[in-house]
Amino acid sequence: MEAAIARPRLHARLWPYAGAALALLALIFVPGFVGLYQTQLLTYGLIMAIAALGFNLLLGYTGLLSFGHSAYFGLGAYTVAFLLQWLGIRSMELYMLLGLPVVAIVSAAFGYVCVRHTRIFFGILTLALSQVLWSLALKFFWVTGGTDGLRVPRPTLLAGMIDFAGSGGYPRFILTYYYYVLGVFALAAAIMWVIVHSPFGKALQAIRDNEIRARFLGMRVRRFRWAAFLLSGTFTGLAGILWVPLNGLTTPDVLYWPFSGEIVFLTLLGGFRNFSGPIVGGIAFTYIKSYAVASTEYWQLLLGTVLVVLVLLLPTGIVGALSKIAKRLSAIGETVR
Amino acid sequence: MSLLRTVELRKQFGATLACNGLDFTVDKGEFLSLVGSNGAGKTTLVNLITAHIRPDSGQILFEDRDITSLSVAARIKAGIARSFQLVNLFDGLSVFDNVALSIFARDGKTARIAALAARDGDVRREAREVLGEFGLAAKSELPAGELAQGERKLLDVAVAYALRPKLLFLDEPTSGVSSADKAQIMDTVSSVVRSGAVTAVVIEHDMDVVFRYSDRIVMMHEGSFLADGPPDAIRANDAVASILLGLSPEG
Repeated sequence: MEAAIARPRLHARLWPYAGAALALLALIFVPGFVGLYQTQLLTYGLIMAIAALGFNLLLGYTGLLSFGHSAYFGLGAYTVAFLLQWLGIRSMELYMLLGLPVVAIVSAAFGYVCVRHTRIFFGILTLALSQVLWSLALKFFWVTGGTDGLRVPRPTLLAGMIDFAGSGGYPRFILTYYYYVLGVFALAAAIMWVIVHSPFGKALQAIRDNEIRARFLGMRVRRFRWAAFLLSGTFTGLAGILWVPLNGLTTPDVLYWPFSGEIVFLTLLGGFRNFSGPIVGGIAFTYIKSYAVASTEYWQLLLGTVLVVLVLLLPTGIVGALSKIAKRLSAIGETVR
Repeated sequence: MSLLRTVELRKQFGATLACNGLDFTVDKGEFLSLVGSNGAGKTTLVNLITAHIRPDSGQILFEDRDITSLSVAARIKAGIARSFQLVNLFDGLSVFDNVALSIFARDGKTARIAALAARDGDVRREAREVLGEFGLAAKSELPAGELAQGERKLLDVAVAYALRPKLLFLDEPTSGVSSADKAQIMDTVSSVVRSGAVTAVVIEHDMDVVFRYSDRIVMMHEGSFLADGPPDAIRANDAVASILLGLSPEG
């Protein structure tokens, strides 16, 4: 009897790990079946998934809606461009090693200001600060290249062991970089999983649900929000760092508010109440957008329609809707048995 | 020996004197009920002692130490915890996590970011034990938001109790539940609190409950204390009776 009760609960515990392993396995084999363009698109999707995982630590787990996450993504991208321009660095590992502290420091500074408020005031502050970075990138064109942006050619990977110079470098880069990004993505997702399931992550969720009660358990609410902001910005910054060599160029567009909107959009698309929602959203959004852009010049209209339909029909996002269906099916299964 | 003592504690909201220079004492180990009509100042007094609001003047002494200027967090650390009149839970978290979080917070473990919360064996064991004491063990995996009202009230107390305070304030632990549930909640709460040697101050409206469970009853009216004594003395007090019947004490 005891074992009969224990078994399904054990299954429930292991399910996420099994799902993650299957998804990872599928992602490893995808490039063998699709073309270069699809592989590249999926790389963009994984990068946006990392950005959204970071964003969702604030929205889904801490209950703070940021409208300024373009700031950290763009900061990551521009830091890489500056490291190349000023120091001639071409190693992807150094980009991350030096870029992440820069993003973390700026996230800490911006976060310190923003977490003094919540709700719409928080959102407006994040938006305002991201617009400051955007206008700096736009106006200081002798440093940032203005609207022309800064070029970032293919970096070297694994401490310079893999170089993509010479002929045939492009297809080799796309394929290799896909696996590189997949590795970083898997690591980032695992780290985020531990964060949201740690005592710290539970405390964030408690603050999200009931700030007053959290305070009356002795928690320093603002400090937790600040730490969440720092981590969130840093994850999104990591996405920016990974994005720029693939795109080959960074422009002020990645600092501009519509890009913050895209991060919000894709997280809602996937579902912010689930851990995997932002991942699914990041990949799905990348596909929807690229096909929308390719099929009509009114692609913004198409995306807008998707958003409206989403809010009306799938308020919990793709993953939220799927898990609801799965729950219903298993309930039917129980009654049949 | 007094565990808590307030000296001339005063708080005014506009023209309303919610606490009119109160000298309030709580003795170690007692189960004290704070009674009085709505607006008598009971919740204000608890809010002042737990640092939810600041007094206009006066002192709060806990174990003979002046805690008047201490923050909420510092008072919790000193050993003062509370539950709330309107249930205040973490509805998105499981019943288990609600209690576990209280233990993590108490032990200063909420900064731990690199370990899974579910892997902490000590906390898991203690959370299970607390949930068992409150009769909530079978519900531990449910989201707190899905509990019935009576169970929510119990969990609210359990979350405060898991902080292992020396002094526990319970603001209307039985409000909004059926009278059958009331007795069950109070039986559970009083037995846990007494077996844990926790001093408890309960704000309560139901006089049957108050007379049955309290060691001492303090009656408030318009920001002042009207009566203070064991249940029998309060039962025999004419002023108290007239207030409870809705008459003015003068009349």
